[in-house]
Amino acid sequence: MGAEGPRLPTAAERRRPPVIGPGHTFATVTDKISTIVLTRPTTPGWLAGFLVSFSLMMLLFYAIGYLLLEGVGVWGINIPVGWGFAIVNFVWWIGIGHAGTLISAILLLLNQKWRTSINRFAEAMTLFAVASAGLFPLLHLGRPGLFYWLLPYPSTMGVWPQFRSPLVWDVFAVSTYFTVSLLFWFVGLIPDLATLRDRAETRAARILYGILAMGWRGSAMHWHRYQTAYLLLAGLAAPLVVSVHTVVSLDFAVGIIPGWHSTIFPPYFVAGAIYSGFAMVLTLAIPLRAAYGLEDFITMRHLENMAKVMLATGLIVAYGYAMELFMAWYSGNTYEGFTAWNRIVGPYWPAYWALILCNVVIPQLLWFKRVRTKVPVLFVLSLTVNLGMWLERFVIVVTSLHRDFLPSSWGMYTATRWDWAVFVGSMGLFLTLLFLFIRFLPMISIFEMRELVSETEAGSSD
Amino acid sequence: MLMGRTKPPIYGLLAEFDTPARLVAAAERARKEGYRCMDAYAPYPVEGLAEALKFHHTRVPLITLIGGIVGGLAGYFMQYWIAAINYPLNIGGRPLHSWPAFIPVTFELTILGAALSAVLGMLGLNGLPMPYHPVFHVPRFALASRDRFFLCVEATDPKFDRQTTQRFLESLDSRGVFEVPH
Repeated sequence: MGAEGPRLPTAAERRRPPVIGPGHTFATVTDKISTIVLTRPTTPGWLAGFLVSFSLMMLLFYAIGYLLLEGVGVWGINIPVGWGFAIVNFVWWIGIGHAGTLISAILLLLNQKWRTSINRFAEAMTLFAVASAGLFPLLHLGRPGLFYWLLPYPSTMGVWPQFRSPLVWDVFAVSTYFTVSLLFWFVGLIPDLATLRDRAETRAARILYGILAMGWRGSAMHWHRYQTAYLLLAGLAAPLVVSVHTVVSLDFAVGIIPGWHSTIFPPYFVAGAIYSGFAMVLTLAIPLRAAYGLEDFITMRHLENMAKVMLATGLIVAYGYAMELFMAWYSGNTYEGFTAWNRIVGPYWPAYWALILCNVVIPQLLWFKRVRTKVPVLFVLSLTVNLGMWLERFVIVVTSLHRDFLPSSWGMYTATRWDWAVFVGSMGLFLTLLFLFIRFLPMISIFEMRELVSETEAGSSD
Repeated sequence: MLMGRTKPPIYGLLAEFDTPARLVAAAERARKEGYRCMDAYAPYPVEGLAEALKFHHTRVPLITLIGGIVGGLAGYFMQYWIAAINYPLNIGGRPLHSWPAFIPVTFELTILGAALSAVLGMLGLNGLPMPYHPVFHVPRFALASRDRFFLCVEATDPKFDRQTTQRFLESLDSRGVFEVPH
């Protein structure tokens, strides 16, 4: 803060909605967020949502049990399409996770104040999305019990993983990403866990939050080291998130399959990940702020900014689609040309056109401020983008594989009910974890909201 | 039991403040008065507070750097040793030490090593987890995680005196001064 004292807001500031509603103090932000966890009774809405999610998670467990008994033959995969829903869902989920890291790390480094009220649950979303994503390659292994063969450990067989393979890079990228996201999320939670410990009304809650808070007492020296570590983590997470989706895209691009073997894949995948991630943050933020009355904290400014990020990354993705088609024609490669043409008019044409509609055409509505500021419209748009990004991965995985180089090895892929069960079930896992999170942990970072209060006004209490 | 040294009868004195500005001003005054064994407590990182207590340096960045370097080197040489020495596979005459292919895993392990050291280093230097600390004996201290700001002058400070320090802290525009037992 400057030393010039209070000043009148500029014209631009008056036109833009604030990042936090008026009249909040350190005490009110603390109480408002912590009572959601500590004193507010479990609402019927939460219970209903949790039950639905929990049932879907049970469906996931059932489908996994059947898969383990019978093998991957229960899915629709076969030669030539060996990568079906499992890989589509893996890429979709991990892409969704990326917005959480982007909001918490990159926007922190860029000193964007509006990130504060959405970073905590966006980070939780990252964690749960990566957990859902991680399931799929493991199940797709065929023999999931032997997953540890992917790790470099001195085995009695004397063999090691092949470090020149992107699939091994993937193991390191995804597990590092999960670990760093967990660390970032937990470090961010420590001061808030201390707040919950100090305000808990039952002994059990005090002990539980107390153990997790590790004796945090808000000492000035601790805060000093804490801020340094938090900034460093943000600085580390920012390149990490780019590297993770780059490695995921290399799973495809390193292969010599037409439609995959392209240098545009890394940036195009990273932009797509951010696109779908912001869509998912909107999908979650809009019902949450309505259900818990958090319109003061997650303001129209947040929703509009996220819509703008979606529009920008959506345009990058659209450029990627255009370049794919252009290069298929310009390269003069018969197989590339055929793959592109086959996507547009081949047997999977509905998926391709639906993807263009969801990811390129409909999101152009976000150019209009009237659309960006209408919450229900924004919600529907975010769902559209989520669907479009799932279709994009479906088109990339399935249409490239189903027409092999020789027409004698052409085939079709149709998802079985077990494919669908695992996919829908993974949403159950994601939502179950999310419902538990909003019930037991503060979904908005309390200490960062206090910082925001101190920066927006004097912030004196009582 | 501490042998040869007498343990002060109390841990220190804790003064409560309403605003971050008052806490920073109080910490600066106390420094000027000659107090050295002090700590301040706030519900969020208050700008200028660590500076007021003359606490500038932290070794967290150095620990993070070392962790990152160790992670990266370990990652690279693990791959080199596996692919070129322990289990060489000749695939179409390609070089065994194919360093570009080793970069992604090296990068990931650099980040992993740095992130783990940043967090463990921060917790270790802060002495966390610490299940017990005397300041928690003061009931008002529960507000240190809500909206109140505290300054604690510890009894180990050479200038500490139960009466004069109390009077000094009361003169600092504080809401109250509390004794912190061990």
